[in-house]
Amino acid sequence: MARRSGSRPSRWSGPPTSDQRARRTFALLVLAALTVITLDARAGDSSPLDPVRRVVGEVVGPAESATATAFRPFTDIGGAFRTNHGLREDIARLTSENATLRGRIASSPVDQKRLAELDGLTRTVADTGYSMVAARVVAMGPMQSFSRTVTIDAGTSSGVRTDMTVLNSDGLVGRVVRATRSNATVLLIVDSDSVVGGRLGTDLEVGFLRGRGSADNTGRLTLDLVDDSVEPSKDDLVVTWGSKDGVPYVAGIPIGRVESVVSTPRQSSRLAVVKPFVDFTALDVVGVVVPKDTEGDRPVLTAGAPK
Amino acid sequence: MSALRAAALAALVGLAVVAQVVVFRYVALDGVVPDLALILVVVAAIDRGPQFGALLGFGAGLLLDLAPPADHVAGRWALALVVVGYLSGRVRQDARSSTLTAVLVVGAASFVGTSLYAFSGSVLGDGALPADQMLRIIVTSVLWDLLLAPLLVPLLLWILGALRPARERAVREPVRVS
Repeated sequence: MARRSGSRPSRWSGPPTSDQRARRTFALLVLAALTVITLDARAGDSSPLDPVRRVVGEVVGPAESATATAFRPFTDIGGAFRTNHGLREDIARLTSENATLRGRIASSPVDQKRLAELDGLTRTVADTGYSMVAARVVAMGPMQSFSRTVTIDAGTSSGVRTDMTVLNSDGLVGRVVRATRSNATVLLIVDSDSVVGGRLGTDLEVGFLRGRGSADNTGRLTLDLVDDSVEPSKDDLVVTWGSKDGVPYVAGIPIGRVESVVSTPRQSSRLAVVKPFVDFTALDVVGVVVPKDTEGDRPVLTAGAPK
Repeated sequence: MSALRAAALAALVGLAVVAQVVVFRYVALDGVVPDLALILVVVAAIDRGPQFGALLGFGAGLLLDLAPPADHVAGRWALALVVVGYLSGRVRQDARSSTLTAVLVVGAASFVGTSLYAFSGSVLGDGALPADQMLRIIVTSVLWDLLLAPLLVPLLLWILGALRPARERAVREPVRVS
């Protein structure tokens, strides 16, 4: 853009100095950035930038996965790395091979932790009856972007689509907002844009959980109950309420526990602060809830019938 | 020739963006990681001037906006980094004199860039957090950048310097042939 306009006849007399050129480039680039912002912000659901996003995602996503794989040995301190990749491949046979795997990697606490997560995931599959595709978190959006998103290493080729529920063995993680062939972007429930329909475990009252935007140890959700007369009690369990056809959240997934109840004097409604079960700073293995008949390049964990 | 240099620069930008979200998430402070792309843009602007800084800032910012897992309105980082690249290029005469000054420029640029990004978010109502939380995040990211700048500034200056003669040689070569 800048280069094209650089050949335009100059309004200044004489050839432009490098200072003038720089100023002009700067002005044009600011305009270009503002144009991009306007295009993307005004479009709503179908942004004209989505195709560009997809193309960038197809290139950068695999690069992120590859970098994450390359760096895993350094982050798994003291781990016996050779089994990590194998574990991922073997995920479908995991239930039957648990004993073998336990024996094989009993020496490594990190792998044990991962096995426990995978184990928990298969248990979740058995408990909830949902079919899942297991994936690993490869990248996390920086906090200075003020949004809480992660990239996972499963995409449309594994049957992952937009608006699918993402969870791990502890509870609800988020939902898929964008998927490319080999990667997907997950919006965490602690993001300030995230709204989840929740239900109190004891009296089945429904409400909406909003993220507070931070994923550190203080990452909390606020629960706004539809019925203002109900007062949630401390330590009450909150599960997903579930939407029609499970889009974007399937029902019955544990979210967290009520930590405190704040009543605002001006409004009659009460806000409950919910502490999520999931530790968002240490996300690794997650499961994406997919339809039972999903076919893709990675095995689908299905309740009752481990392959 | 020039394309090769551009490819190397693009690879450098890509590396910075990917490392920011993949590698540094393990050492993130409350989710805040060093702004590697921003530091690269600032150092490039100090080395090559405001025009180059603004152009590289636009490219790096757009990549930050579009590469997964970004989920904000695209163009926000591009705008912030164009301004950062241009302003850093304006003070290059002072910043090139010593690494310490360059480090301070990185710190100031980090503050300006992150604040500008936060401001555009507030204007657009896109992922806005309470002001005190935003301020804490901005301060943390500035501290991160100041921490890494003494290591990265000389390294990046060296890499950018190594890229430059390659281009000049390549430009001169056809002349020699003819």
